[in-house]
This record gives sequence, C-alpha cells and structure tokens, in this order.
Amino acid sequence: MTRYTQPTTFYTKDHEWVTVHNDLATVGITHYAENALGDIVFVELPEIGKEFAPGDDMAVVESVKAASDVYAPIHGKVVEVNEALTDKPETVNESPTENGWFCILQIKDGAEIADLMDEAAYKAYCDTL
Amino acid sequence: MSDTQAEILKTTPLFELHLECGAKVVPFAGYEMPVQFPMGVMEEHNWTREHAGLFDVSHMGPCFLSLEEGIGGGDEAHAKIAAMIEELVPSDIASLKQGQARLTVLLNEDGGILDDLIITRPIGDDAQGSLYIVVNGAMKEQDWAIFEKALAGRAVLTRADDRILFALQGPEAVDVMKDFFPGCEELSFMHHMPFELNGTRCIVSRCGYTGEDGFEVLVKPEAGLPLVKEMLTDERVKPIGLGARDSLRLEAGLCLYGHDLDPATSPIEADLGWVIQKRRRDAGDFPGADRILRERSEGPARKRVGIKPLERAPAREGTEIFIGDEKVGVVTSGGFGPSVGHPVAMGYIATAHAAPGTEVQLMVRGKARPAVVADLPFVPHNYKR
Repeated sequence: MTRYTQPTTFYTKDHEWVTVHNDLATVGITHYAENALGDIVFVELPEIGKEFAPGDDMAVVESVKAASDVYAPIHGKVVEVNEALTDKPETVNESPTENGWFCILQIKDGAEIADLMDEAAYKAYCDTL
Repeated sequence: MSDTQAEILKTTPLFELHLECGAKVVPFAGYEMPVQFPMGVMEEHNWTREHAGLFDVSHMGPCFLSLEEGIGGGDEAHAKIAAMIEELVPSDIASLKQGQARLTVLLNEDGGILDDLIITRPIGDDAQGSLYIVVNGAMKEQDWAIFEKALAGRAVLTRADDRILFALQGPEAVDVMKDFFPGCEELSFMHHMPFELNGTRCIVSRCGYTGEDGFEVLVKPEAGLPLVKEMLTDERVKPIGLGARDSLRLEAGLCLYGHDLDPATSPIEADLGWVIQKRRRDAGDFPGADRILRERSEGPARKRVGIKPLERAPAREGTEIFIGDEKVGVVTSGGFGPSVGHPVAMGYIATAHAAPGTEVQLMVRGKARPAVVADLPFVPHNYKR
C-alpha cells in the first residue's frame, strides 16, 4: 500500500476532494461542486470522534435554495473540523480547496485511496458531465 | 428498459433567450425554466431588491373568461360575469372597478384552496363581461377544467398561455417601464392598463410576487420577444431565475401554491381571510362557506405564520416544529433570506402557539434548533399604493 508522505489530492465522483498526508485525510468539496450549489449559507460539520464509512452522510452544505449531503469518501474518524465555516460558510464558495475544507479524517484503511480518482481522472470525469 | 418515461417539458417563448443569457434550466410546472443565471441566486435576489429584475412567468396560466352571449354592455355585463366567477371564489369580484385586480382563491366544497389566482376587471365599456385571470402554472389545467365545467354554456374560456408573461420587479422597474409604456407609472398596486405595442395589444399590471414595486406584462411573442430583449439591454435590468423568485416571495411572506397552500387548507388557516370581502362573508355564498365562516369566528385549529430560525441552519419544507416534546406544526417553505441575512421560513402551527415571539424548536436532521414565531413579511412590502 502506498504511503503518502507528501500531501496528495484525490477526488470522488460526488465532487469531494481528499488530500492524503500520512494517516490523515483532509476533505472538502471541489470548485465544480460549490459552483453547482451556488451561494452557500450553512455548513453542518460532523462531530469530532465520529467514524464514517465510504458513502455515509458526513456533512451537509446548504445553498440559498437547497440542502445537499457531503459523503465520507473513505473509512475514517473525524479528528478535526473547520469551525471557521460555521460563521463564514461562504468560504466554501470563495476557497473550496483551501480555506473551505470541511474536516480531517484519520484514515482507517489506506487501500481505499486506490478507489479514488487522481486529478487527471477527475478532470476527465468532469468533462463528461 | 426503464418503465419511467421522462416528462415531456414545454418551453416558453423566452426559452432561447434564457439560454443565451447563460441560464441553468430545470423542470418546473411542466416547463423547462431558468432556476438561475450566471449572477447566482443571492446576487439576483439582491439585484431585484435594489434595481429591477426580469422574470419569465410565461409558464403561468393567463386566460380570459367572457360571457357566452358576448362582451360589451358596461356594468351590467360585468355584474353577470362577476356573479359567475363568484360561484367559485369567495372574493367580491362584482365591486371591482374597471382596471382593478384582486387576489383570490379557488375553493373546493370543503373550503380548501385549489389554487390562488388574480382576477382583473378590464378597462372600457366594450370589454365588460370579460375578466382577465392569471392562475398558477402547475394548476392551470385543473383550474381551467373547473371554469369550463362550472360555467359551461354561460361563459367562454380563452387560454392565453401561448403568450409571453413577464414580470419586472424592483424599485427601478417603474423607471424602466415608463419608457416602454408611457403612463404606466400612474398605475397603483393591483391595477392594470392595456397598451398598444407595435400594433399588438398587451396588458400591463402593477403587481408581482417579490414584495417590491413592479409590473407584469402579457404580450404576444412577436412583440414581446423584442421588448424583453431591449429591456435586458438596460443596465438596471437583469434576468432573474426561479431560485431568487422563491427567496424573494418567501421574505415577502407570500404563499407558494402546493407548498404553503393546498386543498386541505382553508383561507382562514392560510391567513388569507382578507381575500373574502364583507359582502361575500355576509352572504356566505361560496364553496365551503360553513367551514370558512366558522373558522373565521371561532378561530382555526392551525394557522400560517412566519418562522425565524435563530441559528444559521435553514429549516426546509417538511421540517417539524416542536415545543418541548409536543409537535405543534410543520414548515411549508423555508430557506435563506438574502435581504435579512438569516434563514426564513413559514409554516402552519397550532393556533395556541401562533403568537409572534413564541419560542419553538425546529427538528433539522434530528437536531432541535431554536426558532421563534415571527411576523410576516420578513421584508416590508414596497408596493405603490
């Protein structure tokens, strides 16, 4: 199994990004996702310590019009959440892949990373949409 | 093979223009309609409150109802057609002045609301005996079937939903409109005037559904398309989608049929008792009058109110309202109010708990979130009276 000693970013078909660094994975939503959602007015973050399996509802992001689920991309336990989004949810629109991160997961099964897309594959996937 | 067949969606005469303007389109009321333009819902909302927003509402159901025996004949003809429509709605249509419009509701026999609609008395003695009626897009087939059945042999229904119906809303709408329709600035809220535009008759009404001053225009596509295109070249005017239309009407405390109003809900429960004028109340001669008049005197069991969530989480349609362990109501429309800068909602709550300021909890994804019953509208109406 590959160990990522340098931060390396992967993607899901649900438009989440996952930056893997050693045994931690930082998760957020992509520019494509924030653009499709529109103006984000609320983010419900997961509780620290909670464990998720791939596809579990992990967070909720609400735009003016609708609420959308954010799914856990891999098995993991929440070790940190981006509290800044509570007061400034618009950060997700302004900086989806940097300041707009949602949470950090402790990776349970590094082999699952292989199921995610790398940047080139994600870009090709978006082009098909 | 899939056993679900995709609904065949209609388009309005402005559809191509929406796409040229970069609209994201979604199915709505059987039509492909713009939900937002590149500006985005929040900015479109704010633009309409500050300048002028142009909304395509051609999916709605404009129509004319005319005496079978023919129109003309002044007040007598109006009295006849008014008496016919009053069999179906509880408002005083007979007393409308020429050019005046009224919001009303189409009722079932139990006093439940089948749709909300605007009925306008035309201007000119030669046009009396007809009414200009606009019903909701999603309900138009139902409503028109009801009109035709109830008034068969007495009145003729003429659909006008092949035309363009657009709204220009916002504080700068009047300045834009008066260049195209000189004199329309003199209209007050809920009044209309006919105009000639390139030889085509069109109807300009001072009304709308955003809480702002504004107009709605019914016009044939050949004259309407160039008109809308030219209006959009005005820097005060931007095209606005359904997303902002919803947040604007919600802040303005206005009901959306199928969400805040339905066939089980009476006008008294919906806090729309004001659509029933005194003459009709006294006569009690409308469908479901027993229930409606009883609820009016004794109070309804539940009532439509504003709900203000006190945290940042919006409460969407279907969110249950609690006081402690007791479920006291449900949210029927909810989202974020860009002009007020916090979430806004409306819903139905047991009348005992309907006083503004009452503290309630909203169950949002299993978590109780604090909220208060609030006065509607959230944003003051800015109508030209």
